[in-house]
Amino acid sequence: MATVLADTKRLAMTDFKGKVDPDWCPGCGDFGVLAAVQKALVDLQIPNHNVVTISGIGCSSNFPGFINTYGMHTLHGRALAVATGVKLANHELTVLVTGGDGDGFGIGGNHFVHSMRRNVDLLYIVMDNQIYGLTTGQTSPTSRLGMKTKSMPFGNIEAPVNPISMALAAGATFVARGFSGDQKHLTDLIKQGIRHEGFSFLDVFSPCVTYNHDNTYQWFRPRVKKLEDDSSYDAANWLSAMEKSLLWDDEIPIGRFFERTDVPSLHAAEPVLTAGPLLRGETRIPPDVARSFVEELM
Amino acid sequence: MKQTFTVAIGGAAGQGVATPGDIFAKIFSRRGLHLNAYNAYQSIIRGGHTFLTIRTGLERVTNMGDRLDLLIPLNQDAMDRHLGLLREGAACIYNAETIKPGEAAHGVALCPIPVSSLADISRNKVAQNTLAVGAGLNMMGIGFQALEEVLSEQFKKKGAAVVSENVGIARAGYEYAAKNFKPFAWPLPRSDNRYAVLSGNIAMAMGGAAAGVKFYCAYPMSPSTGVLHWMAAHARKANIMVRQVEDEIGVVNMAIGAAHAGVRSMCATSGGGFALMSEGLGLSAMMETPVVVIDCQRAGPSTGVPTKTEQGDLWQMLGAAFGDYPRVIAAPLDIEDCFKIIPEIFNIADRYQCPGIVLCDLLLSEGRLSVDPKELDFAPGVDRGELITTTSGPNGDTAYKRYKITNSGISPRAVPGVPGYTHTAASDEHDEDGVLISDEFTNPTKRRAMMEKRMRKVNGIEASVPAPELWGPRNAEVTLIGWGSTKGVIGEACEILNEQGISANHLQIRWLVPLHGDAILNILGSARHTIIVENNYSGQFARYLRSETSFVPNGHIRKYDGEPFMPHHIVEAVKEQLGGKSRLSVPAHEILV
Repeated sequence: MATVLADTKRLAMTDFKGKVDPDWCPGCGDFGVLAAVQKALVDLQIPNHNVVTISGIGCSSNFPGFINTYGMHTLHGRALAVATGVKLANHELTVLVTGGDGDGFGIGGNHFVHSMRRNVDLLYIVMDNQIYGLTTGQTSPTSRLGMKTKSMPFGNIEAPVNPISMALAAGATFVARGFSGDQKHLTDLIKQGIRHEGFSFLDVFSPCVTYNHDNTYQWFRPRVKKLEDDSSYDAANWLSAMEKSLLWDDEIPIGRFFERTDVPSLHAAEPVLTAGPLLRGETRIPPDVARSFVEELM
Repeated sequence: MKQTFTVAIGGAAGQGVATPGDIFAKIFSRRGLHLNAYNAYQSIIRGGHTFLTIRTGLERVTNMGDRLDLLIPLNQDAMDRHLGLLREGAACIYNAETIKPGEAAHGVALCPIPVSSLADISRNKVAQNTLAVGAGLNMMGIGFQALEEVLSEQFKKKGAAVVSENVGIARAGYEYAAKNFKPFAWPLPRSDNRYAVLSGNIAMAMGGAAAGVKFYCAYPMSPSTGVLHWMAAHARKANIMVRQVEDEIGVVNMAIGAAHAGVRSMCATSGGGFALMSEGLGLSAMMETPVVVIDCQRAGPSTGVPTKTEQGDLWQMLGAAFGDYPRVIAAPLDIEDCFKIIPEIFNIADRYQCPGIVLCDLLLSEGRLSVDPKELDFAPGVDRGELITTTSGPNGDTAYKRYKITNSGISPRAVPGVPGYTHTAASDEHDEDGVLISDEFTNPTKRRAMMEKRMRKVNGIEASVPAPELWGPRNAEVTLIGWGSTKGVIGEACEILNEQGISANHLQIRWLVPLHGDAILNILGSARHTIIVENNYSGQFARYLRSETSFVPNGHIRKYDGEPFMPHHIVEAVKEQLGGKSRLSVPAHEILV
């Protein structure tokens, strides 16, 4: 019986296949991210029903529909806020948040910063294509200076944000960058991010083949350099992570920039959750406690 | 007319208006007296003018009333503003050394206290307040022991020396009054009842705890912040996760996330914060994830008057978020109802998987009322609706459709973590199984079916909410119509009118959505003269009622100066309108606060 097997069999890639196929443009970097997430979940053997994939709005935010886990496809920019609520209500769930650079650094910038300082235990994957795709090609918060788009046809005059530096400054306890063109490396970073107990930020170069003709696979390939290839690099050193985060153009580091494990995640720091997830907690206020609440007012 | 007694304390913020107010409230409620307290204040931490009125009596007191019996001005400003409000039989206790009285009306007793000869003011900066409390209680005919008890509790943490110093000062005031001032004509009675005294914010927070709320989050915003404060202070005892969030957009979405994971989830804000939550309400409706949002109305628009009351958010609630979706909007009628309405609205929101909005206002949120502890039921009926929290078979339901089309419009809701029910809930329009129909293959037939599925829930919601009832004599000369927090003051205005020979009855709306328009038309169809009373400029409820029922009243009484109605405002306006002088009355607030 398939039903019995579900508990005992090894989960395979097909188990994480969503109800529908992705409708991304052929060649979109997001395909590689989806495959890497599915591969990571298979490698970690996390049951589908214990994973919640939560997104905002945008091309990459269609992600939850393409993977067989619990999913929430929420509002533009709000995925991290929703995800924080999910994690705090049931911290036994593995929470993945997926979205794009506009969703995360533009409209959702406030939640991005505060979720990191709270150290919510989740993995936030930004499929960073440096452009707005679903709205047909406007400048994003990570678009380079000078980039010509439909919203800035004479070139972008606003400096882009640096997501890695931002995450480091905001207190993220795991900060990494991947490249959709390097599956094996990306899968490994996703696994590390899921395992990390705290806020894991993973910025992924996920080229937009339709609207971004500047930052293509070909542009990235010769530039990306894995931090893991430098045996002297110490990911526990915040200052060197910050220094590496500033590199761009000729050499762009990918890999794990920073990780610290000495900060409790939000749910671990909250005494209300020590007895277990809220979802399974007692919902009735015990009569003696209720009486004490009223007596305070008398 | 039932007998009541009102004490008013006025001064600058930081001068200690609250403490004597708390002491009076405690003594009255322990004496078995009902009370209603209203504090008029401004958005300032030090300075300005704060004016607290506490009205007490043997029977239930529902509003601040029309008369002040005892005025305690803590500074000259308070004296100058309010002495003129006192009428025969009232008294004013003040510091003879720092405050000069103006001209008082006939029969008003001026009671100056020589503060420095009765207390060491270099040691105790609020000695004048404590002396005045002692003097006032003596004139009310209340034994000193009650005050000693409350002061001992109040200062217990500061040690025996502080307790005895304050008790000594209070006693000096008490004895000075016994020798020098005339007692009030109506010594305060007592009863064997004991009441809890609480604000609407505390009531709503406790109502949430009683309803089984496990997740509460908020961004501080007057006048809703009291809910956050109670929740935060009692979170560990009540086992509630309480979070302060970066903004109200984060608040509503975080609350929805927790609700989606299966716990009852609530948040509170005021109009400005609610505006930020609007898109989130649409998310709750579209994903069919129930969440309860409290809006404590304050005077708007924009930052408006943060410390003043208004019923100006109705249309914001009616129009919150775009598109059509089922929602519930309830306006608590008084502070006790603030407690009761929360479990009720959660049951409806859970059953119909839609957002529930509680439309409160500053008057209830920050006002205080005596409530019989028996009315604070921490074990109300809880209906979580069709919620799947455990797998029904070894592999769940493989054909599970989160948004299954049903006759009721309700689709069983599985929470994340349950094996065999994985699905994606989306803010985009979706099919029964949750798959988006918005992107690749929009489908008019499916869109229509899903819209109709969601909207079918409206019928069930309407059936689960009672229709409003008419209070007071049938076939009255005038029918007053109000909603939410004005219940008490309109009720008292009706009593006064009936005593004065003008028969009046009263229809108060608690459930704004669903409205039960037919039942309302039925009641109002036979009314002789109808007047809608509301705390806003444009008659928001009148316009809503008209849009839903085509009903047009004979007249309106509106107030939008930031202060609540007093009974005489309504009584005088009714007389004016019955006399044919006006169809719209806007009473002036005589108390300058």
